[in-house]
Amino acid sequence: MSKPILELKEIDVYYGPIQALKKVSMHIDEGETVSLIGSNGAGKSTLLMSIFGQPRAASGQIIYQGTDITQKSSHYIASNGIAQSPEGRRVFPDMSVEENLMMGTIPIGDKYASEDMQRMFELFPRLKERRNQRAMTMSGGEQQMLAIARALMSRPKLLLLDEPSLGLAPIIVKQIFSTLRELAKTGMTIFLVEQNANHALKLSDRAYVMVNGEIRLTGTGRELLTNEEVRNAYLGGH
Amino acid sequence: MDGIFLQQMVNGLTLGSVYGLIAIGYTMVYGIIGMINFAHGDVYMISAYLAAIGLAVLSFFGVESFPFLILGTLIFTIVVTGVYGFVIERVAYRPLRNSTRLAPLISAIGISLILQNYAQIAQGPRQQGVPTLLEGAMRFDVGSGFVQITYTKIFILIAAFIGMGVLTYIIKYTKLGRMCRATQQDRKMASILGINTDRIISYVFVIGAAMAALAGVLITMNYGTFDFFAGFVIGIKAFTAAVLGGIGSLPGAMLGGLILGVAESQFSGLINSDYKDVFSFGLLVVILIFRPQGLLGRPLVAKV
Repeated sequence: MSKPILELKEIDVYYGPIQALKKVSMHIDEGETVSLIGSNGAGKSTLLMSIFGQPRAASGQIIYQGTDITQKSSHYIASNGIAQSPEGRRVFPDMSVEENLMMGTIPIGDKYASEDMQRMFELFPRLKERRNQRAMTMSGGEQQMLAIARALMSRPKLLLLDEPSLGLAPIIVKQIFSTLRELAKTGMTIFLVEQNANHALKLSDRAYVMVNGEIRLTGTGRELLTNEEVRNAYLGGH
Repeated sequence: MDGIFLQQMVNGLTLGSVYGLIAIGYTMVYGIIGMINFAHGDVYMISAYLAAIGLAVLSFFGVESFPFLILGTLIFTIVVTGVYGFVIERVAYRPLRNSTRLAPLISAIGISLILQNYAQIAQGPRQQGVPTLLEGAMRFDVGSGFVQITYTKIFILIAAFIGMGVLTYIIKYTKLGRMCRATQQDRKMASILGINTDRIISYVFVIGAAMAALAGVLITMNYGTFDFFAGFVIGIKAFTAAVLGGIGSLPGAMLGGLILGVAESQFSGLINSDYKDVFSFGLLVVILIFRPQGLLGRPLVAKV
């Protein structure tokens, strides 16, 4: 449980002249659930995308399972076991639910496809009802489930989730977090980006707090839940 | 029904199916990287020369039966034209992938000029020709007139529809097709899911070139003559077909090709053959006024 699966060493990321991430260092150990919390525009999504080199870090290093992946192509990184449910969901609008799920199997081939698809349908029964429906015609919450399920279809070693609770009804959020808890129990490493700090911190072993592109605080989920600054800024101050 | 109407219907479908084949290359490339590949018509022109070369080589080695001759020529032409498509993308478009939208367009015009001049220097400026491969025709009496369908036309129709059918199947039901569609719909997400999008873009160029090659062989069979400039007019027509059907849409390109071919043939048969091009481009204008996205295209929504 102590070997880091992913390590960021002082990475700087720019969008043109604007610096989005400043000397960000963090690590995620194998089997851990880690969350990154912070307000809108703090650079959380940029951090997740820069793990895939989009945009690429201008300086610093990203180490995955002992290999430097800072300059590797996105498809190389995906083929080696990192999957992402990205900001804005990005399901393929013109594809059916099943086709979208099949797109998740690219890194491992389709030998587990039907078995895993059944598993996803158990996890998210709503997707089963809509299996032949085009993704663009589904609600935001359904698309969110689809994006998470698609990421899981590659049986990732490291799952990156960008705001899985965004736009979902509270009952679905609860359901998704309990699903994540189960996944974490199976040993999957999860890196979660959330504005919904309460849920995220309860689920996580450790967490980082990001402000304006910098890591401001770090600690265990429990520590941060009781931290005065975090409570005031992200937990509604009660 | 009038004999001439039916006759022009057959001619139009034949011509239109070939327009459709070439339009596929425009529409798929536009769909995946958002550029108009102005060199595509000239890729078709190259394939006409390759078809003639293939035929000549095969007859030189004594292949005379039609099925072997045409099959050999098709394979040769499709493979070599596919290589052209691959190389053109690699050399002229990929280095400009992340530059302005205008740069690859200019690069495409450059490639178009290079291919025309290359064919002119290598093969001479005069018209080239191939002998008729498939003799004979079917003839039906219709009312006061008759309809004559050459076996060549029947072959063209069948081959073009098989080509379109195979491609539709690949795009709709295979893994490669899904990867093409994913890259088209969201290139960044496709790469995050492990798709080598540069390779998929290469495949799309090869597929487009292969379809143009099929068209090249079929048109060469029908008309028998071509020159180094043959790609221009037919390229513009096929591009019109792609826009008519809704650029970016694969069934749209095929439908657009058929409609354009039939409209053009009917106009020249029933009204005036000198103004047939005016009529087809006029048709495009009218359709774009009432349906700017083309017949099967999606309305353009601003992406955020």
